[in-house]
Amino acid sequence: MSALDTAVLALDPLLSGDLDLGIVGIVVLKVVVAFTLLLVSVMLMIWFERKLVADMHNRIGPAVAGPFGILQTLADGIKLFFKEDLIPDRADRVVFKLAPYLSLVPAFLVFAIVPIGGDFSSGDGTVTWFGERTYLQVADPPVGVLFFLALSSIAVYGVMLAGWSSGSKYPLLGSVRASAQMISYEAALGLAIAAVFLTSGSLSTHDIVASQVNGSWNVLATGVVPFIVFLVAGTAELNRPPFDLVEAEQELVGGFHTEYSSLRFALFFLAEFMNVITMSAIAVTLFLGGPAGPILTDTLGWVWPVFWFSLKVFAFLFCFVWLRATLPRLRYDQLMDLGWKVLIPVALGWFLLIGAMNVAGDRGWPLVPVVMVGMAVMAGGAALLIGAVSKARAERLADLDGEREGESV
Amino acid sequence: MEAFVFFASAAIVLTGAVGVLTSRNPVHAALFLVQTLFGVAVLFVLQDATFLAAVQVIVYAGAVVILFLFVIMLLGVDRAENLGVEPIVGQRPLAAVIGASLMGMLLTLLLVATDGPTGAPGRTAPLGDAGDNTRRLGEALFTGHVFAVELTALLLTVAVVGAVVLARTVKGPMQPLPVVVVATSTEPADADAGPDTAADEESEEAGDA
Repeated sequence: MSALDTAVLALDPLLSGDLDLGIVGIVVLKVVVAFTLLLVSVMLMIWFERKLVADMHNRIGPAVAGPFGILQTLADGIKLFFKEDLIPDRADRVVFKLAPYLSLVPAFLVFAIVPIGGDFSSGDGTVTWFGERTYLQVADPPVGVLFFLALSSIAVYGVMLAGWSSGSKYPLLGSVRASAQMISYEAALGLAIAAVFLTSGSLSTHDIVASQVNGSWNVLATGVVPFIVFLVAGTAELNRPPFDLVEAEQELVGGFHTEYSSLRFALFFLAEFMNVITMSAIAVTLFLGGPAGPILTDTLGWVWPVFWFSLKVFAFLFCFVWLRATLPRLRYDQLMDLGWKVLIPVALGWFLLIGAMNVAGDRGWPLVPVVMVGMAVMAGGAALLIGAVSKARAERLADLDGEREGESV
Repeated sequence: MEAFVFFASAAIVLTGAVGVLTSRNPVHAALFLVQTLFGVAVLFVLQDATFLAAVQVIVYAGAVVILFLFVIMLLGVDRAENLGVEPIVGQRPLAAVIGASLMGMLLTLLLVATDGPTGAPGRTAPLGDAGDNTRRLGEALFTGHVFAVELTALLLTVAVVGAVVLARTVKGPMQPLPVVVVATSTEPADADAGPDTAADEESEEAGDA
């Protein structure tokens, strides 16, 4: 096995021996299953969101196509497929055509690193298919979650270039907003995930899930502060309500995809909902034990982890829709304040605390004093920061009052 | 296999580099730069340096070039450039000479010192296997080179503070966000229109920095 295979597909026992046609077949099967699963769940998610929001608004929602309107997304897709494909006169044609794919491809690829099944609690997270042991994920690269971060930074290009290449004002404004928002929240997202790395000692998604099998899913170290930071930053990264300033209809018409129609719009739409699903799947993997859960029967035992995984992802999806129906949109300065002044310092502080605890564990120092000292240092830092910010603000206001009095006299 | 991947990604890197030089539109040039960076990331993977490859994409493609694009878009220089004009006198011949000599040195090294490119992992600096190099890199940075790392961090912090100080050349005292005028108030609300946009731009700049 060459070095290249180790680097890309890594630690899966399926690929540790010599490759033959059967193994290639299993890999292809996994890719096809992941692709189809994602597409079908996006279709259902769009329907589910419309139906649930309709319920929360006391409306009926899609009800015509299929039972309970479940085929609505399919109907919309067919409609979009046959609509006229418009390219604005002042658009940059090449970039305009490229941008939707830059959104869609990362959305697809992220799902490849998510372990959607495998018994981690009593086994080593492998399933046996056609006589071969394998992980239930398309790839388990050694850099695992960094792959997710890299792809989410590529997804920024789709939004940014879509707005720029449209050659009109509102899309450009929307895309500048969007990319500023996504870059800001990527930092908080990365710091929240870093706490998971420190706790589990690995970047690979498979190893992270395996390290959570200790009865508690590392709830103390990662389940509170990093989890909440991840959820908020993740929602902002997805441009979902209440962080959907990117496509604020009242201000920006439709944001970055104002000028898009037909199939290209469908691609953006697909990417957006696909990102919701993959973000939920990543959250489940990093913080909630992935496919962990009780195995209730022995026959077809590999189905149960997949079931628990889907259940957890579904809970997240429900919450995303719930948020959309409940919360009003933030103001732009509130958004930036939340990202830079709250989430990043909190995530960084927790990261340092976990680091200190790890060092204390290595050196055999008593844990409680280390945590107390760490908390005290951080409280001091936070007090200094808050003091400086409020003093600067008070001085600004005092200056302003002085100026206003001078004007009125 | 290794040679094939090497030549494929080398082709990606080189076409990207040529694209950066020849495209008239700065945004297109930035996109070609992304292509080059991706090619280099593939070369890193080929050398078992998977962590470096991921960081290459996150930092360079995901942050640095995005900032380029921001500047290009916000400064409004995203128009096609006239390549016939030479901004500094004599820069073209000088660039040709320097480029040719660098290329000559590299080719000499590649073709004479080693027997041509193979794409095989280097033997001089073992990185461990692909799953291991994050840990080894971290250990090297935070034990052997800890002062260099900390000094770099300090330098970057100073640079950020300096950038903020330079960017905040506010004429007169800072304006607060507008106070929302309640319907019962008889004061005219249009006095707030100016400070509103100014404050928004400031918060946006703070976000970018």
